[in-house]
Amino acid sequence: MWDTIFPYLLSGISVGGQYALIAIGYTMVYGILRLINFAHGDVFMVSAIIMVYIMASGLPMWICIPLVLLITVAIGFLIERAAYKPLRSAPRMSVMISAIGVSYTLQNLVLYITGGLNKQYPTIPWISDTMQIGAAKTKIVTVVTPFLVILLVVALVLLINRTKIGMAMRAVSKDFETSQLMGIKINNVISATFIIGSFLAGVGSILFFTNYPTVIQTSGAMPGLKAFVAAVFGGIGSIPGAVIGAFIIGIMENIIKGLDVILFKLGVIQAPLGLATFSDAFTFALLIVILVVKPSGLFGEKVTDKV
Amino acid sequence: MLKVTDLVVSYGGIEALKGISFDVEQGQIVTLIGANGAGKSTTLRTISGLVRPKAGRIYFEGRDITDLNTQKIVETGIAMVPEGRRVFVNLTVLENLRIGAYLRKDKAVIEEDINYVYELFPRLKERSWQLAGTLSGGEQQMLAVGRAVMTRPKLIMMDEPSLGLAPLVVKDIFKIIETLKSTGMTVLLIEQNANAALHACDYAYVMETGRITTSGTGEELLASEAIQEAYLGKSSKK
Repeated sequence: MWDTIFPYLLSGISVGGQYALIAIGYTMVYGILRLINFAHGDVFMVSAIIMVYIMASGLPMWICIPLVLLITVAIGFLIERAAYKPLRSAPRMSVMISAIGVSYTLQNLVLYITGGLNKQYPTIPWISDTMQIGAAKTKIVTVVTPFLVILLVVALVLLINRTKIGMAMRAVSKDFETSQLMGIKINNVISATFIIGSFLAGVGSILFFTNYPTVIQTSGAMPGLKAFVAAVFGGIGSIPGAVIGAFIIGIMENIIKGLDVILFKLGVIQAPLGLATFSDAFTFALLIVILVVKPSGLFGEKVTDKV
Repeated sequence: MLKVTDLVVSYGGIEALKGISFDVEQGQIVTLIGANGAGKSTTLRTISGLVRPKAGRIYFEGRDITDLNTQKIVETGIAMVPEGRRVFVNLTVLENLRIGAYLRKDKAVIEEDINYVYELFPRLKERSWQLAGTLSGGEQQMLAVGRAVMTRPKLIMMDEPSLGLAPLVVKDIFKIIETLKSTGMTVLLIEQNANAALHACDYAYVMETGRITTSGTGEELLASEAIQEAYLGKSSKK
């Protein structure tokens, strides 16, 4: 029984960790701008495309990875400056439409460059190697992901709670105007938020595509949507909420994918039912249930809209 | 110290300030009194750069600050205690004070100033590690004043500091304003509690629907019949 479930659990934890890295970007940007940054999943995809092209240039690995992360961060920063900053005092709906626009712009750009072909994601040494763990045979990335995620989340929480820029982020997320009266440059704080979010999405992209070997212009949509659901599930605006929500969704999704096999081996069913088909629908069903029971999510603050 | 000339501010076509001029002398407590909607808050918000004027200039220590952004205006030494206190409820009391010193680099002096604020408001010291959201209204007002003091301002502007507070607490707040003045700070105070403000101030301006209608020392205005009728209520006569 355990041997049957374990591989699904393992890949669930791993995918959950990858969702978590994307979900943090959604939740931080929401926390500060009250904006659902629809382009975030596409930044994740673009980061993978950049990796494809930079690796093809033949640069050594130790240059490629930091370079890809740097470019991803630059893209995140530029998106905010070009598409969101000019709309700072516009209604929230306008900024959201701008975000959708950015999302499609990125997808179309990638379509233009790749010609709509699936691109083989390069093999990153070590984390692409397979290893045996218990009954499961898996890539090292599966095991590394949760630890790396925890490390990054701890670093992020320390940054937010212990540093001056972190304090400014918390202040700006509550009150733009009073933050300005303290001399805080809110635009810099907002940029910092996008830089952190894009960096984590870049790391998530490396981990994710090491397991899913090809990338295409729509590759960011589903993981982005799942991560968004995770952020809402955990209580949007809350970083621990997004991380826990992402792990729960990753695990649930993978258990559902393996449900046929698990039930079959347990003798509950005689023939496969094709339940794996419903793994995506399940994610959203879960979201609906959570939102009915607890509208603010697991760790969400009570809705006190700014007056 | 602060000189405002012919300031006009409009919100979507409606003029909230219709050309006001006034001066704040160094080391004084100056108050703007007037009814709701007279334009008192707008005046302060324009001085701190949160609202852009349509016309008129603002000078601080001889320098034209009209076109500076809020952050630069804070740097020149103007702090504001906003209406409704607006403490950062998700930050601790200590963090609220530290964020007041956000632009400052003098670490040692910042620590001294935190202790100074704690001397002014011992209640805040007791609650140093509490989230500001858990404080009472009066304590939050103290924190908002302390936070403004942490910017090391030359001029501190206060928007309705007594609003919604118990009479005893209001008394404390006015005592603190006197204390700040005694340390050499200049205070520009907005109040609906005209009686208390006129007693505390050195000079006062009366605002009515976007204009300054009268001005004078606190005693002069307290003695004026028209002011008594309009803002102090006849019953407050001796």
